[in-house]
Amino acid sequence: MNDRTYSHDERDDRARREAQERRLSAPWQTPRGWRYWSAVNNSEVGLWYTATSFIFFLFAGVLALLMRTQLAIPENDFLSATTYNQVFTLHGSVMMFLFGVPIFEAFSIMILPQMLGARDLPFPRLSAYGYWSFLIGGIFVCGSIFFGVAPEGGWFMYPPLTTAYQEGLGADIWLLGLSFIEVASLAAAVELIVGVLKTRPPGMRINLLPLYAWYILVVAVMILFAFPPLIAGDLLFEMERAFDWPFFDPSRGGDPLLWQHLFWIFGHPEVYIIFLPAIALVAMIVPTFARRPIVGYSWVVLAAVGTGFISFGLWAHHMYTTGLPNISLAFFSAASQAVAIPTGVQIFCFLATVMAGRFVRSVPMLFVTGALAIFVLGGLTGVMVAIAPFDFQAHDTYFVVAHLHYVLIGGVLFPVAAGLYYFYPMATGKLLAEKPGYWAFWLMFIGFNVTFLPMHFTGLLGMPRRVFTYAADIGFDGLNLVSTIGAFILAAGVAVLVIEVLRPKGKQPYAKRNPWNAGTLEWLGEMPGKPWGVRSIPLVKGRYPLWDQPHLIRDVDAGRFYLPDAEEGKRETLITTTIDADPIQCLRVPGPTFITLWAALFTGGAFIFATYKWYLAAGTSALLALVTVLVWLWTGTAKIPEKRSKDVGLGVSLPLYASGSTSVGWWAMFITMIGDMSAYASLLFGYFFFWTVHDDFPPDPAAGPGLFWPVVAAALLLGAWVCTLLSRHWNRRDRPLAFTLGLGLGAVLNVAGILALLAGPHLNGLDPTRHVYPATVWVLVLWTTIHLGVGLVMQCYCIARRWAGRMTAEHDIDIRNVTLYWHFMAITSGVTVLVIAGFPLLA
Amino acid sequence: MDATYLSPRSWGWRALIALPLLGGCSGPQSTLQPAGVDAEQIARLFWWMSGFAILIWGVVIGCAVFVTYIKPRSHDSRVARWLILGGGVVVPPLVLGVLLAFGLSLLPSLSAPAEDGLQISVSGERWWRRVRYPTPSGGTVELANEVRLPVGERVGFRLTSPDVIHSFWIPSLGGKVDMIPGRTTRLSLEPTEVGVFRGACAEFCGTSHALMNFRVVVMEPDAFDTWLEQQASPARPPQGEVARRGQEAFLANGCGACHAIRGTSADGVLGPDLTHVGSRLSLAAGTLPTDAESFERWISHPDDIKPGVNMPAFDMLPAPQIHSIATYLSQLE
Repeated sequence: MNDRTYSHDERDDRARREAQERRLSAPWQTPRGWRYWSAVNNSEVGLWYTATSFIFFLFAGVLALLMRTQLAIPENDFLSATTYNQVFTLHGSVMMFLFGVPIFEAFSIMILPQMLGARDLPFPRLSAYGYWSFLIGGIFVCGSIFFGVAPEGGWFMYPPLTTAYQEGLGADIWLLGLSFIEVASLAAAVELIVGVLKTRPPGMRINLLPLYAWYILVVAVMILFAFPPLIAGDLLFEMERAFDWPFFDPSRGGDPLLWQHLFWIFGHPEVYIIFLPAIALVAMIVPTFARRPIVGYSWVVLAAVGTGFISFGLWAHHMYTTGLPNISLAFFSAASQAVAIPTGVQIFCFLATVMAGRFVRSVPMLFVTGALAIFVLGGLTGVMVAIAPFDFQAHDTYFVVAHLHYVLIGGVLFPVAAGLYYFYPMATGKLLAEKPGYWAFWLMFIGFNVTFLPMHFTGLLGMPRRVFTYAADIGFDGLNLVSTIGAFILAAGVAVLVIEVLRPKGKQPYAKRNPWNAGTLEWLGEMPGKPWGVRSIPLVKGRYPLWDQPHLIRDVDAGRFYLPDAEEGKRETLITTTIDADPIQCLRVPGPTFITLWAALFTGGAFIFATYKWYLAAGTSALLALVTVLVWLWTGTAKIPEKRSKDVGLGVSLPLYASGSTSVGWWAMFITMIGDMSAYASLLFGYFFFWTVHDDFPPDPAAGPGLFWPVVAAALLLGAWVCTLLSRHWNRRDRPLAFTLGLGLGAVLNVAGILALLAGPHLNGLDPTRHVYPATVWVLVLWTTIHLGVGLVMQCYCIARRWAGRMTAEHDIDIRNVTLYWHFMAITSGVTVLVIAGFPLLA
Repeated sequence: MDATYLSPRSWGWRALIALPLLGGCSGPQSTLQPAGVDAEQIARLFWWMSGFAILIWGVVIGCAVFVTYIKPRSHDSRVARWLILGGGVVVPPLVLGVLLAFGLSLLPSLSAPAEDGLQISVSGERWWRRVRYPTPSGGTVELANEVRLPVGERVGFRLTSPDVIHSFWIPSLGGKVDMIPGRTTRLSLEPTEVGVFRGACAEFCGTSHALMNFRVVVMEPDAFDTWLEQQASPARPPQGEVARRGQEAFLANGCGACHAIRGTSADGVLGPDLTHVGSRLSLAAGTLPTDAESFERWISHPDDIKPGVNMPAFDMLPAPQIHSIATYLSQLE
């Protein structure tokens, strides 16, 4: 009797589970056929993203081989000077912007949700939009070389060479193409920050976060502060190129060094932005093959945060030879030394982990060991060039080429190869073969050192960087030939790796589950993975749940945890609190759509047409992009659910809708605006930079925007902000008419404010092409008014949403986020007015 | 390797590092074969730092290989924690602190201004260098792509650029400084050895960045004074019929719109001053010798030799005319 009941229950149980699985898999299915490309789920977008950035890596690698071929012998004519200059510019730019940064975003989009036991990132469509933007921008930038119009000013694009002495499209392609990609990178950063903070599994308090997620958090925050200065710089740069605003032209008060500051405030953190995620991979791989948790978890976290922080204080070590005063040289030398300390701490934590654990040999670990050997040497030469006196000799020579490749290939490429071997089964369900892995490693390791070790000496012999040729009689030839041979060995190693990855593996059996016996959640999935990711979202109790919690896999598969079912046929994932990871919301995430592709196409069009100065087409494309994004937001976001809350399992019932600071949208807006403010701060930096370099800035007080119009603008915009704030309040009180009138009045005040702000410099006859002072005033005014224009669209959008019934007193995400945006508008307009109208009174 | 670095006063490890590179450190542009006070200080700093770097690298990598491939068993985790504390937190700040103090102590002497010494103005232009010396009589004398210095004297450089950012670098004598439009940067050097060295542009400055080199001649003070005096004098008249026709052709074809030859009506300022071009060690910023044949090549097809150069090609002139101009110019010693 007992037996029969038991089996009856079991049968019931199985039937129930199968029904759950059917319901759960339905919404998470990947679209088939040509609709496959409408997928937005992290596993598809992450895979495309990874593959695409690898293709860009291979492309840039081929460019490197072309350069090495040219430099194999002295006075070679394999490449012309112009071609060589285009090739090295693209090599650097592509490696940095189309491989270094995107590969981390790609990997993270792919593995972060798995690592957090989430079903997807909070904004899948944003990831897809970012991916398509990256693809379009990348093809545009890379393609230019086939038409001989690639940028040829170096990846650093120093003006005035690039503003006044390069007529072609190259510089514009660099500026607009890469700005477009930077915007996509920022989008991914916002996504990843919110992902780490809000989509963790219940129980995964911030101190239990996998180290990878910590690193991603640090890096994404760094992107938020590092990329905007470059975007601001790009804006100044393109205004000079397209409209002759003299930001970098010394004959009209500009200064080429402003670009160098903005570029390196971006450029140095950038190095850590691409290095830290690679170390994050190491931080996941090392404990697995040491068969124990990391030793010194808190040290690693502190060191990662410290590295991120310090990396913003040493940009000027790229400018030691610009004639900085000794006090600055000393400060930046010290700061550059200091960054070695947290880096060292991280390395010793990994060593300590291997030491305390039982080390298991594997291909990923071999790559990690090789990475260590290379990177440590690069770090040590970094300490050397950080000492200003030595840099006076080494700067802009092959010594620095050697140094940076030791850092980036040891610190990024080798860890990424390790990560590729390690995570490949997670993405495809199959293991890569060991033997080709060893071949690839040794070819790459030997080839790398044969290429770059001699370059230290080539540099010390006096060979400058970025030379398309060299004379035969100065002793550069032998070392250069060795480097070229090494480059081809390195390339052979990469080729072995690529072949192993692409080799059809149809007959090869699937790997066993958790093939490396790792401890973290990304290995929870079945082989091959199911579309839903995890069968149920587990309650986490330690840093290595697969090691710490016995039967975790069984319980997850049995659906004993959260969200084992999708009763309403919707894609759902859990939102938890930022610190303690208590579940607070069941978030419905959107499914496949082509609208993100369209939005990216139109956004790309706006940038690409602007490159060719087809401003009508660019404007039309921008307008279409705006419309597409509005349709996307209108149809796909802030949907009012059919019920208030739902049972997510384990007796927990969670709301389906959240607004204000508990919602992911609010966080995304907040984080985006932090990035926006750092771009704005960079423009202000420009204004005050000119004040410091000129004895008289503003040059002539009478020529400023005056006091009257800016103050009127400030008053009007303050009114617009107050109205927006009040209308949010009235909406909460469910007073639609007051809401509409309030927000409508806000919009009117906003338009009046925009006009008043423009009137100041316009009516006072400020000509931005005459001198850098009117140009800086105008650029601040334009930045502010464009942002207010976006604010106007938001105000109208909210009114429309309310009347369409898509926003109610309770379901008010839209107006809450728009109010948040307006707080930042109040700051931006207030500061703009204070600077353009107030500062001349003081100066 | 310079002989002084193998003398008994050099350190053993220094020779050890240098051993595989014997012969690899020398050259007219080498930072490791210093011929100036500044370059010598920096080279010494380099050797010290590399010695320590190799030592640290050996310890860290030795440690890593030991715990992975030699003794992969589990070691005491307390030792591992001490490793983090010692290797990561305690030792690096000490080592870096000492290095920083040592390195930065060089700064004041490296940037010491040459108060009362010779002051030379150098302007970096695409893709050559305009060099101006003050003459004892209070005037200035302009030449191009060649810097001559008296040995044992601290010399100041005022560096400018009218177009894009270049840099001024004589590796054998000392570090480099950028030449930035709208600014004047300064550098001072003190050569210690007589000889001919090479200078280069290190800041990417466009198409022919690679071809913007110059010769540096360090001379005994007396020889230097004689040389400067000779440079200040007007050009010598053409010697022989071919050269005389060359001078005529030079002036008739408008070369004087860009180039100056003091003592003739050619007074252009856009291109290099050619008054004593024949006495220079190189033509076209270190790319060609200054024989008549090179002048011919340069005048006919400057763009082939230096892509993107501002000087137009004069291959439309009859070959004998080019030949005569070349002969004339090569005579301007």
